[in-house]
Amino acid sequence: MVTNDTKTGESGIILTTADYAINWARSNSLWPLTFGLACCAIEMMATGAAKYDIDRFGAGVFRPSPRQADLMIVAGTVTFKMAELIKRLYAQMPEPKYVLAMGSCSISGGPFSKDSYSVLRGVDLIVPVDVFVPGCPPRPEALLEGLIKLQGIIKKRSIIDKK
Amino acid sequence: MEINRIVELLKDSFGDAIIELAETKPDPYLKVNKDRITDICSYLSQEPQLGFDTLMILSGMDLGDKLAVVYHLYSLQHKHRIVLKAELPKDNPAVHTVESIWQAANWFEREAAEMYGITFIDHPDPRKLLLTEDWIGCPMRKDYVYPESWHGMPLKRPADEK
Repeated sequence: MVTNDTKTGESGIILTTADYAINWARSNSLWPLTFGLACCAIEMMATGAAKYDIDRFGAGVFRPSPRQADLMIVAGTVTFKMAELIKRLYAQMPEPKYVLAMGSCSISGGPFSKDSYSVLRGVDLIVPVDVFVPGCPPRPEALLEGLIKLQGIIKKRSIIDKK
Repeated sequence: MEINRIVELLKDSFGDAIIELAETKPDPYLKVNKDRITDICSYLSQEPQLGFDTLMILSGMDLGDKLAVVYHLYSLQHKHRIVLKAELPKDNPAVHTVESIWQAANWFEREAAEMYGITFIDHPDPRKLLLTEDWIGCPMRKDYVYPESWHGMPLKRPADEK
């Protein structure tokens, strides 16, 4: 006899699609890369800490290696010297991989978009960006909103899509 | 010690190499001959009643027709300060290093060298500090020409070009 308090594997069947199950898993366990470039990183740390707690969305496991990360939060000013390394870090991340551009600097260069010799005018010039979060710096709520938007994008994808 | 007294002491030792004291606010600065900068600086640091033991900052300047190096000195012992300014011609901006007097000058001079193209003679480590080794041009000069791109990355967004 099967009862509710024994886990035998015989107690029930869940029917779903592969897309739904895979996207559910992917969107709720986004592991970000520990990657802060400037003051936006302070807000990103606040988002990870107790008050805002990015772990509620399954994205709190900041990985020290790009090979274990799904999401690169570009939090801060991208200089040309750093841009070379961002390209390499992005290449080292396994598929599927996502990029979130956080703050004015990584979107367009921000205050450095005019007359700077050293700042890249937007990280989307070197890596494909899924979500832009405006602000200087964005508040933790804004970063969480961007994360929820990214989860929505992931949930609409299909494993059959080549993209 | 009062700034005028310091300038008197310097004029007694170096004569013509001390050009003039400009009474600017908040800090007056003392124009000096660039060829005597090492002698003047070692005098300022060695002389017991002056005792300038701290180089607070060394910066480069672009004055348009010429360049300049500015030395902000401070004495922790006597609590007095002085600003030296040495002007350099733009065609061959070279000045002797003060790294042997204040080690803090090492990185300051490397930064001034890459940003303004100033040569610091006898510097022990004349590599670039912040820029990459293959960088072309001196970004802080007023006549700096921005490159189109750097390592294939554009300096302007394609939409900005109109």
